[in-house]
Amino acid sequence: MTGPGVAGQETGAYGAIPRKEDARFVRGQGTFVDDISLPGMLHGAILRSPLAHARIISVDASAALAHPKVEAVLTGADLAGRGLAWMPTLSADVQAVLATDKVRFQGQEVAFVVAQDRYAARDALELIAVEYEPLPPVIDARTALAEDAPLVRDDLAGRADNRVFDWNAGDKTATDAVFATAEVTVGCDMVYPRSHPAPLETCGIVAASDAVTGRLTVWSTSQAPHAHRTLYSVITGLPEHKIRIVSPDLGGGFGSKVPVYPGYLCAIVASMVTGRPVKWVEDRSENLMSTAFARDYHMHGEIAATADGRILGVRARVLADHGAFNATAQPTKYPAGFFHIFTGSYDLQAAFCEVTGVYTNKAPGGVAYSCSFRVTEAVYLVERLVDLLARELEMDPAQLRMRNLLRPEQFPYTCPTGWQYDSGDYPRALALAMDLAGYQELRREQAERRGRGEYMGIGISFFTEGVGAGPRAHMDILGLGMADGADLRVHPTGKVVLAVSVQTQGQGHETTFAQLVAHELGLTPDDVEVVHGDTDRTPFGLGTYGSRSTPVSGAAAVLAARKVRDRARLVAAAMLELSPDDLDWLDGKWRVRGDPDRGAGIAEIAMAAHSSLELPDGVEGHLDASAVYNPPNLTFPFGAYICVTDVDPGTGEVTVRRFIAVDDCGVRINPMIVEGQVHRGLADGIGMALMQAIAFDENGNCLGGSFMDYLLPTALECPSPELGATVTPSPHHPVGAKGIGESATVGSPPAVVNSVVDALAPFGVRHADMPLTPANVWRAIQGRPVRPDLAVS
Amino acid sequence: MKVTLTVNGTEYARDVEPRLLLIHLLRDELGLTGSHWGCDTSNCGACVVWLDDTPVKSCTVLAVMADGRRVLTVEGLANGASLDPVQQGFAQCHGLQCGFCTPGMMLTARWLLNNNPHPSPYQVREAISGQVCRCTGYENIVKAVLWAAEYEAAEHGAAEHGAGG
Repeated sequence: MTGPGVAGQETGAYGAIPRKEDARFVRGQGTFVDDISLPGMLHGAILRSPLAHARIISVDASAALAHPKVEAVLTGADLAGRGLAWMPTLSADVQAVLATDKVRFQGQEVAFVVAQDRYAARDALELIAVEYEPLPPVIDARTALAEDAPLVRDDLAGRADNRVFDWNAGDKTATDAVFATAEVTVGCDMVYPRSHPAPLETCGIVAASDAVTGRLTVWSTSQAPHAHRTLYSVITGLPEHKIRIVSPDLGGGFGSKVPVYPGYLCAIVASMVTGRPVKWVEDRSENLMSTAFARDYHMHGEIAATADGRILGVRARVLADHGAFNATAQPTKYPAGFFHIFTGSYDLQAAFCEVTGVYTNKAPGGVAYSCSFRVTEAVYLVERLVDLLARELEMDPAQLRMRNLLRPEQFPYTCPTGWQYDSGDYPRALALAMDLAGYQELRREQAERRGRGEYMGIGISFFTEGVGAGPRAHMDILGLGMADGADLRVHPTGKVVLAVSVQTQGQGHETTFAQLVAHELGLTPDDVEVVHGDTDRTPFGLGTYGSRSTPVSGAAAVLAARKVRDRARLVAAAMLELSPDDLDWLDGKWRVRGDPDRGAGIAEIAMAAHSSLELPDGVEGHLDASAVYNPPNLTFPFGAYICVTDVDPGTGEVTVRRFIAVDDCGVRINPMIVEGQVHRGLADGIGMALMQAIAFDENGNCLGGSFMDYLLPTALECPSPELGATVTPSPHHPVGAKGIGESATVGSPPAVVNSVVDALAPFGVRHADMPLTPANVWRAIQGRPVRPDLAVS
Repeated sequence: MKVTLTVNGTEYARDVEPRLLLIHLLRDELGLTGSHWGCDTSNCGACVVWLDDTPVKSCTVLAVMADGRRVLTVEGLANGASLDPVQQGFAQCHGLQCGFCTPGMMLTARWLLNNNPHPSPYQVREAISGQVCRCTGYENIVKAVLWAAEYEAAEHGAAEHGAGG
């Protein structure tokens, strides 16, 4: 065969091989930001607001400055003098770096101390005197638009209320018509509570400003180092070519390391002020209380269907709590992210959603935590609605889904809100999941147990994601099109260095990307070194989030490799004194057509390209190539999940007994890594559905500010997952791959909630909001469900 | 205060503040950055090291409490170039992703296998239940520890066979 890039048919570099990065990690030799120590380095600490909403009367740092180990203190006034008290957010709002006028959430940054060691910096925070005038806070998003609601953002000229945006998608008229005539409609209020991705490594930075060269070097926890470089240049006025961002090993990110945080800028300014490197690493409470939260969607959803279970339409009204600053990191044109993919995996006639974003006195953020730009909320909404419909129709929820899933022949499929799903075979995935689960047997067991007064639940979710942002015509962040790059250098001996613009946080890019290139060039993954996370050494690109690394930068790596291969063909033809047309790429070499034993591989060709060989036209002397990939569409991974739970009606405790997950992410480069991504997301779903929520009291005090209160699943709560796979290649990705990084985080929460609600059906429970803690489940059983996102109701 | 301790077989003497945490002594004073700090509240276990023969969360141990005692960190797990079977298991079974919790997980796993060479999957889960991993969902960590247990059982069997034969 001569056609390039058909997975599994060339050199076999794909497959479940161990990761290249593990050699350093198992020896404790990773380099995380807090591991970096520079000569003369100082340590920063942030003084934060104890109040959710208050006017700042005065800030007196004189006692802190008198501390013998303190080298500098920055206040909002100091930054204002440099024009840096405010910075742009990724959603074209502004955010205070250090507060000047008001504090707008508990934990907001007020002052920055720089001292000789990290303990002294913390000590000195106690010496800063801040006088506040407390203001009434806006805590419950439902009251944010009330006429008498306090104004959160009085800094914005002409703003009279707390509305961030009104946005809608779909056809309202057509949808209303479907609902007006439908035989059955079901609706439900549901809250997707505020959560936090809580990577085990918190955010941090080491900033080193060199006054002589004018260079700024930053080591920071960044999923998007190139975007950060551009942002720092825009914010500080430093020329972009004088800024170098190094994102070393990251201890997880999950979206929370996409934004630029005030602490980063404080450390940069502090380095400029002191002339010394400055490190700042947030503690866990700072992480949970101030860096990017996720979700916080208050949804009313409705579904319309025929009496025999044909789904006709969905509609939704959403109140989106964006906190004090609109700092979501998502494509500019989509203020509610990709929420309008809420038609899910179903063949329906009409859909309409409207989303209102509001400011409240809470931390900013919004799309962190592996949500595929709000696909998480969309999938939760539609999958809960389908289960509610099944209950209403007294149909089996699996049967109802199977009846309404899109059929393979409908792809590419344009959904009622405009997304064009690239490929899929949904019934096959659901059938496989049901088979793996032994679905019918589970239902029989459930009936038996109910007879004995035992409460077992079986929950299904079927999800479709759109990932790999994205098409430049529609998708940018702050005007930067969402493309990614790859540079490939081929050394004379045929060893290869691939530099990519995306940045792993544990996803194994050094392995997967090496496999991608090796596969194209007839090499082994060990022949390919992957460079990433250093803006001086890698091409521009928007970074890793929204499951975009393999769909975008992976595609760029493949295209660069194919350019290398094409150039190698010219050189091989010169070597063999043949026409390039006489050569076929076969089994990892350019081979002579009709005489396949004659040929040359990349290593021989690379050496020849550097030798005295008379080079053909189009070859300048080496095989290096670059590519930038502008995706023509998103990729649309999908999956079918089944969660089996047991609920103790006396305590409300939920045990996840089994989790069956069938994922289709197209062609799998390294199935071991893919499955690892799924494992993670299933744990996320269990955590979000059963225990994780960042709640607030009526004064805006954060009730989830430590791991004592913000509960994460441990090995005892997570079952051993049972995975399955189907492979439906993406028709537009160069190797047919789709993103996988967020699939399970997106798909699993509704499976867990559907399972618990199914278990509680004998009690008449129709819906209960996450997190389904024992207390919340018990209250639902008693017929008194609570809103879990607020301490007040 | 003066503190003298043995870390991974090497004796160190330092003059430290009484409040200095063991994790910061290891990382900032001794340059052993393989142990990580993750939460402040003893919940996550990224900082787990051995104090004498027991895993502890070094973010809630004062450095001076380690005076006269032995500490084992991830840097001391391997025997020269030869990785501990637990380290091999983590790499073989994809028991890590970002690598941040891994040192603490491996030190607990080593302790478990020393005390229970043939743990059940549940016993592995119980042993690491005071520690958090945000990447793996724990499944492959469990597999990694069981891999190490099997590897060591096979080695042990081979050694006994060798001695007897």
